[in-house]
Amino acid sequence: MMTLSPFVLVSLSILIIAFTLILVPLFARHQKILIYVSFPLMAISSAIAVIAGIWSVAVGIPESTILSIGLPDLPFHLRLDPLSGFFLTVIGLLSFFVSIYSTGYCKGYAGKRSVTHLVIFYSLFIAGMFLVVLSDDAFFFLISWELMAIASYFLVMFEDELIENRRAAFLYLVVAHIGAIAILLSFGVLAGATGLEGFSGYTFDAMRQTEFPLKWATVAFLLAFFGFSAKAGVIPLHVWLPEAHPAAPSNVSALMSGVMLKTAIYGIIRVTFDLIKVFPLWWGAMVLVLGLITAIMGILYAIMQNDIKRMLAYSSVENIGVILIGIGLAIIFTSFHIPVLAALSLTAVFYHSINHAMFKGLLFMGAGALLHATHKKNMDEMGGLIHYMPWTSTLFLIGSISISALPPFNGFISEWLIFQAFLLSPSLNSPLLNLLIPMGAALLALTAALVAACFVKGFGIAFLGHWRGLHNPPLHRGGLEVNWPMRIGMLLPALMCLILGILPTMVIEWMDKISDELVGGKIATTAGAFGWLWLTPVAHERASYSGAIVLLWIIVVVMLVYILLHSRKTAIHRVPLWDCGFEKITPRMQYNANSFSMPIRRIFGFLFNIREQVRLSNATLHPSFPNRLYYRLRIRDRFWGWIYKPISESSYWISRKFGRLQQGYIHVYLIYSFITIIILLVFAR
Amino acid sequence: MIELYPFLIEAIQILIVLLFAPLFVGWIRMLKCWFQGRTSAGLFQPYRDIVKLFHKDVILAENASWLFRFTPYLVFGVTVLAGGIIPILSLSLPFATVADVIAIVALFAIVRFFTALAGMDIGTAFGGMGSSREMMIGSLAEPAMLMAIFTVSLISQTTSLSNMADMLIHKEFILRPSMAFALLAFVLISLAETGRIPVDNPATHLELTMIHEAMILEYSGRHLALIEWAGMIKLFLFTTIGIASFFPWGISTLPSNAAIGGLGNLISISAGIIFLILKLGFLGIGLILIETGLAKMRIFRVPEFLGGAFLLSTLGMLSYFILE
Amino acid sequence: MSINLAAQINSIMAALILLTAFGLLVQRRMYGLLHLFAWQGLFLSVSTAIVGYVSGAHHLYISSILTLALKVVLIPYILHFLIRQLHIHKEVEQLVNVPTTMLIGIALVIFSYYLTAPIRELSTLVTRSTLAVALATVMLGLLMMITRRHAVTQIIGFLALENGLFFAATSATYGMPLVVELGVALDILIAAFIFGIFFFQIRTTFDSLDVEQMTKLKEED
Repeated sequence: MMTLSPFVLVSLSILIIAFTLILVPLFARHQKILIYVSFPLMAISSAIAVIAGIWSVAVGIPESTILSIGLPDLPFHLRLDPLSGFFLTVIGLLSFFVSIYSTGYCKGYAGKRSVTHLVIFYSLFIAGMFLVVLSDDAFFFLISWELMAIASYFLVMFEDELIENRRAAFLYLVVAHIGAIAILLSFGVLAGATGLEGFSGYTFDAMRQTEFPLKWATVAFLLAFFGFSAKAGVIPLHVWLPEAHPAAPSNVSALMSGVMLKTAIYGIIRVTFDLIKVFPLWWGAMVLVLGLITAIMGILYAIMQNDIKRMLAYSSVENIGVILIGIGLAIIFTSFHIPVLAALSLTAVFYHSINHAMFKGLLFMGAGALLHATHKKNMDEMGGLIHYMPWTSTLFLIGSISISALPPFNGFISEWLIFQAFLLSPSLNSPLLNLLIPMGAALLALTAALVAACFVKGFGIAFLGHWRGLHNPPLHRGGLEVNWPMRIGMLLPALMCLILGILPTMVIEWMDKISDELVGGKIATTAGAFGWLWLTPVAHERASYSGAIVLLWIIVVVMLVYILLHSRKTAIHRVPLWDCGFEKITPRMQYNANSFSMPIRRIFGFLFNIREQVRLSNATLHPSFPNRLYYRLRIRDRFWGWIYKPISESSYWISRKFGRLQQGYIHVYLIYSFITIIILLVFAR
Repeated sequence: MIELYPFLIEAIQILIVLLFAPLFVGWIRMLKCWFQGRTSAGLFQPYRDIVKLFHKDVILAENASWLFRFTPYLVFGVTVLAGGIIPILSLSLPFATVADVIAIVALFAIVRFFTALAGMDIGTAFGGMGSSREMMIGSLAEPAMLMAIFTVSLISQTTSLSNMADMLIHKEFILRPSMAFALLAFVLISLAETGRIPVDNPATHLELTMIHEAMILEYSGRHLALIEWAGMIKLFLFTTIGIASFFPWGISTLPSNAAIGGLGNLISISAGIIFLILKLGFLGIGLILIETGLAKMRIFRVPEFLGGAFLLSTLGMLSYFILE
Repeated sequence: MSINLAAQINSIMAALILLTAFGLLVQRRMYGLLHLFAWQGLFLSVSTAIVGYVSGAHHLYISSILTLALKVVLIPYILHFLIRQLHIHKEVEQLVNVPTTMLIGIALVIFSYYLTAPIRELSTLVTRSTLAVALATVMLGLLMMITRRHAVTQIIGFLALENGLFFAATSATYGMPLVVELGVALDILIAAFIFGIFFFQIRTTFDSLDVEQMTKLKEED
């Protein structure tokens, strides 16, 4: 008789996914039933995983098991400890919401294309993510990692009739595999350094028990960081992200942006804090600087985008940067042996990970709803949708507020914690760092403010104003609203954003075991010392914040003022828009996406590769009154020209050189093999 | 049992915020008139303006959404909340622990976020222009503002405004270059954040120069009254943040509980009010000296202006480590 | 006046010197530059006097008065005269834009702090912490000479650099011997005169004081 434990639950959840996969061929002919069966099953499986995750973090005792499949010498090891439990919760939560959403979203494909592929790879993708955080040896980790990567590759390819989707998927595949190779090498270095015979060095347990010499630890860390960065989209390895995320169906983009990137964060934390356990200062400094660059560049690129999904993808790059800032600070604090502050930074990292999963998932689902309703991705062809999609617009607004780090929602909590960590850096015993680290805080503040600008643009252009499209606006108010499963799928993460924003003490208390296990420091004893209402990391005289009171106050005052003002009769007159005595105002006179971001483009223009073209057609009346005016703006990522073009060109060049080896004669190939064998024999002697 | 005294003081403070803000604006306008050799409309004109607007009907564009109507209430509510947190009369307000100074900056960010959205809601060119410019200025002002505040909080080892002020009052007074830099930076940022000359002109509706006014151009009646009032409170609050973090002397430091006794509290609170009035009077003169002496900048000079503010606050932080 | 208070005032002076150095870096107008330079001289003079008071080295008072006379009155006056004579009081162009210059300046300050940190540990003087500011002022002066294209601004950059050196001397060692200082002061004065003469020469040769014009002197291939 098996007793119920988190591990049993998570096994159950994976079994349900397997069961779903078995069901798929049965319903392949009945697409609608397939959607109605498979996605709810996935939602159930995810919900069970969430329970398992929450439970395992709360209990705090690792559970592990060994499956008797795998390599002869290396069976699959699985382990559920608080760290994996936390990421399991994050992945499970979002995939629960997204699965509900997908039930409605995929109906849009019914009758147009077969969703069988989508269902198969969607299930495999989620299973892959679950297994990544559960695996406890290098081999199984990489298998799960590949499962996740390949499944998501096919999901990006789902609408493969468009050439840009195929290109995006290919780019994604290449970058993902370069990253995977680096991770593989890193594990190889670690396994070699354990000094164990055969494959037994490849288990995480063996690595955990080894004291790595600094030299090998550095090599392994750099390789692993490179590999995971490629997955997370750290600048300059981010180029695939804004291509692949918009190409995928929106429910998949929500998962990719919201949680797949988090598996890379999980990998970095697992390898650094759990396996290597060596913390030279410069690792932390490097991660911090890369995080800052990623954050600031990511959001600047996001502001420049007009495609709503690309904007969200770049904003994910920015959030990964914020998370890396926290990791960098944690490494720095650990290298100075200040566990409490390291715990504070790690808590901020975890909090931001779950926050980002919630609001980015919500925003991508919102973008999916826009796509579903208007069949457009370009914000400049939307506008005024707040009248046609009241639910979606409100939920998208909540996502925008949360991501812009505005109280009382959740984004503010994690950003506030990171600021607190920054401000505690003077306790480091290094004058130069004391001087430099607060500069990072300023950059983070700039990032946060730019995020607000970015999402004012995103929400304002897409949902406010008049309809900007070329064709006539949709018919009646509320007429474009999406179906109920999609609404619920978005409503739940929006609620989570609020809950995470007003109950941070409870969440931090729950997740405190993770940082305790990783860096040996806790903050909950101080964080909740002033009562559950007040978040007080470090000490209550140092800083405190209460999201619940902010929310309550806003509600009370708004209602009070509203009632006071409406006790007397002053009417509201609805009138046409005042047009300054001019002719009728047309929607084309509104600020559009390009014009909104113009001031910021002008200030930070030097960071981009911008080409602006204005052409006037010949005027009939006077040079000042041209008939037509053409404006073309092209903004490119500079990193593409700096890094990727040289690499791709040089690899073409090398391939052409190697092309000469290819003669087409079978004899020549035989000679190659023969020479290879001879050389190998010489070396193997 | 919950004590009543602290909440009484809190209520008095919020009342003072609500009432003094228009008065402060009236004082500034009066001074400005005097400096420019005009006759002023009197100290109480802002009250009359607000009351007049409250009595008027609302003219609303056909395509205004709920967001447009909700924004004035939210803006007003959030601003008043900030007014309850900043130590204006007493250092031991019950609300002081609700938000530290970073959170107060974030509260002002909410105001900006929603005002900018409301500006885009109607879909006129002016609204979009105002929102776009406001977000640009805001995104540059915010890091500078946080840098200036970080400098002060490095000295006082806290980010809670009340504790910052408490530190300053009770520690031995030292001439600190870092504080001077931070103050200078804070003044520049406050000019930008509250939309004063040289960044924005609160008295103009000239299309090329307006920023804040462009966003709220479509408001009327009680909505406009709320937004205007909140704007006045915002100016007042920035001044009091400056007072709390740089010249806190005079704010009541008594722990506000019954043990001290009502009378003691009453005296120290009224002394606090008198100090506040004096400080506001002087700061108003300072503000007007700046406003009269400078011309409004071109919009693309504003980044340089805010860059200067950022430089000053950074120098403040550097000189804290280098010189102190 | 207690030593402690004197040290505080000295720190304030150091901060103001740093501020004026940054001001010189970003100021566009010629007269503005001149005024800032004069202010810097004034702060330097006050700081020197305070160091003199703290250390009891009375020759520093003479240096202080000398600084006041030369750098606050005489040289600004000469430059003022030159600017008026040559009609060059309009805005000065910069080779690098203002925000970038500021960021480089901040980096230089951090760098000089990093450089002088060991000295700070060793030294026991009250004024030791201002050494970083002094070094930063030297570097900022040099940066100003690099980023400006006008001859007069380059001179001001050079003089600011010299201010930094002087400040370094007072803060690190309580001043150089009086003879050396007198010599340096004389040098500066003569340099200012010679520059003045050169300006007229450059002006008559190129019709401009833009140092970019000097590229014309290069021999064509």
